[in-house]
Amino acid sequence: MNPILFYLFSILMLGFGIAVVANRNPVASAMSLVVSFFCLAALYVGLDAYFLASIQVVVYAGAVMVLFLFIIMLLDLKAEQRRKFNKLAIGGGALVALAFAAQLVGVLGSHPRGDKPFPELKLPVGESLNDLQHVGETLFSLHTLPFQVIGVLILVATIGVIVISKRELK
Amino acid sequence: MAYIVPRPELTFKEKAYLPSILNGLKITFGHFKKMMKGETKVTMQYPEETWDSELPEHYRGAPTLVKDEHDRERCVACQLCEFICPPRAITIKPMEIPADDKFAKVEKRPAEFEIDMIRCIYCGMCEEVCPEQAIFLRKDYAITGITRAEMVHDKAKLYELGGVFKGLVHKWNPEK
Amino acid sequence: MTTLAFFDSIPWEMILWAAGKSLFVIFGVVLPLVSYTVYAERRVSAAIQDRVGPNRTGFPTTLLGFKKDLQLFLGGLGQPIADAMKFILKEDFTPAGVKHFYFWLAPCLAMLPLVSLAFIPFGSSLFGEKMVIANVNVGVLGIFAVTGCSVYAIVLAGWASNSKYPFLGGIRSSSQMIAYELSMGLSIIPVLMLFGSMNLSDLVQYQADNGWLLLPLWGNGLSTERWLMLIPLTISFIIFMIAVFAETNRLPFDMPESETELVAGYHTEYGSMKFALFFLGEYAAMIVGSALMVVFFFGGWHIPLIPDGNGVGGLSFLHALPDWVWGIVNITAFFGKVAVILVFFIWVRWTLPRFRFDQLMKLGWLYLFEIALANIFLAAAVLAFTSN
Repeated sequence: MNPILFYLFSILMLGFGIAVVANRNPVASAMSLVVSFFCLAALYVGLDAYFLASIQVVVYAGAVMVLFLFIIMLLDLKAEQRRKFNKLAIGGGALVALAFAAQLVGVLGSHPRGDKPFPELKLPVGESLNDLQHVGETLFSLHTLPFQVIGVLILVATIGVIVISKRELK
Repeated sequence: MAYIVPRPELTFKEKAYLPSILNGLKITFGHFKKMMKGETKVTMQYPEETWDSELPEHYRGAPTLVKDEHDRERCVACQLCEFICPPRAITIKPMEIPADDKFAKVEKRPAEFEIDMIRCIYCGMCEEVCPEQAIFLRKDYAITGITRAEMVHDKAKLYELGGVFKGLVHKWNPEK
Repeated sequence: MTTLAFFDSIPWEMILWAAGKSLFVIFGVVLPLVSYTVYAERRVSAAIQDRVGPNRTGFPTTLLGFKKDLQLFLGGLGQPIADAMKFILKEDFTPAGVKHFYFWLAPCLAMLPLVSLAFIPFGSSLFGEKMVIANVNVGVLGIFAVTGCSVYAIVLAGWASNSKYPFLGGIRSSSQMIAYELSMGLSIIPVLMLFGSMNLSDLVQYQADNGWLLLPLWGNGLSTERWLMLIPLTISFIIFMIAVFAETNRLPFDMPESETELVAGYHTEYGSMKFALFFLGEYAAMIVGSALMVVFFFGGWHIPLIPDGNGVGGLSFLHALPDWVWGIVNITAFFGKVAVILVFFIWVRWTLPRFRFDQLMKLGWLYLFEIALANIFLAAAVLAFTSN
């Protein structure tokens, strides 16, 4: 991937990520998150992972965030915009983030593989990677059990939602 | 009194909805096909086709002034049309006919005769009321103009549209 | 790295080539196509309703004092140009109380469906160049990604207008699009199961070699497998078509802008070119939907017995002509098929009344979704049965 594009999309992604938490308007936050997702998808494209990029956009930008936006607009949250900044909370949050970053740097720095560069991931010339097929094969051979478990988990969640919403109707 | 309207029992075919969609599509396609074949009777394509030749005798178009066979203005400036005109579209300024004129005995004629065609409602009252048969509603219906002033028909324009009308009133004829 | 080396490292040639190709396709192919779809909509609807429609737009030479307008285009084909002029010259009015940034963002996003045209192969090849902008392995997913995001334009327009009818339109639209996107995605899975890849160019090539998916008459298409697959594929096609109608907000599913209830729905507060962008976006989505139907089910650019742009296939005596002729014929065939489906879209619009919103939701969630799901199992059963 071209380093210029990589830095462009990384900076955009992080910038809009900050905008998600910094914005007072919930809709603006949601839209920033969408842009952030798109930049992440662009990074995936840069890694030749077209399937992951498409799925990122389809699932997160195309479905999840639309639902978010839908709910935010229906609720019409005005309280968030009027609330004042809590200095203590900001300070505490910054402290936690700094501590986490410090720990991350410490762990990665002391890891024996941390100072080596990544091996070059080069495709054979004139061949395109069918990442879709690879993902499918891995998912249904190596990781079949976790895949099934996640399926059951989602089913449980779905049934739970239906049960709860039906009870409220009565 | 309130009464309950029973919902009709739908058959399976009606519930499936698709047959009715196909039926509807058939109907609209029929209209489309007829139009494409040119069988549908449609609006007249106005500037190219006009219905001038099919206008009925009693059609009320633009009001005009007429002259008689002796080239005399039939209007005697009695101003009845000006008074009866519902939208007050007519303005007449009468003048006396000079004594040396051939038609001096008529005494009056309009110096100015203006019909504001923006106001005119083509009701035909002026024609009805005119004692001299001097004003007629002709078959011109496309009265257009770019300015307001252009839409006011003056005497010259009215006579140009009206032309000559023979007969009916002979009392001013020089022979008599 | 010096500044010069930095600028040298940018692949300017590639960027310019990509930008030029996209600009040509958008302004040279898609926008004329979109505006003439609008014209077709007017003429076809007029014919269905026993009217004439716009048939006399020429150059306004009467303004210069001539007796008649110059009828350069036969039968009012200048109408889209006149429409565009009108939209551009109108006052761009922004109502008070709107959320300005989003109010301006929404019409821009409305043109998003154009992006998905990049994935669609609109011809075989011309002078050795493949007639598709982005030939990627996940073409189908890419298109679904773009169509999934096109809902933002409507939702944001409805919300930013700060007015109740646009808001209702936006809310309706988002729930409708989520509901029908599912059936749309599921309905296409039998096609992918049969073909085994998501590359649209390869899919069309497969259909050219082995018979269109809904017309398996040559090559591998004469096998029992393909004829048995016709059952799930036909169901797929019907569900996909209905879902496309819903996704593009066409009648009978145009709930987001239903005039009788919501004035004009999400674009009530918009005027001039901003409204035109919504309008064009809707028709662009329609063109994308039709193009997808053609690519998935009707063989894309392929016509039986006609060779492709590389001089492969077709009747042997047709190879006497140079290959680029057949390349152009293929492109024409693709757009011809798209035009037929577009006319069908228009035809349906002027036939059916609008659904009620609860009926729409019931149809989407209770029927189409379930049928699409069952259809996948049917297709799997057919494939498993015939492969033994």
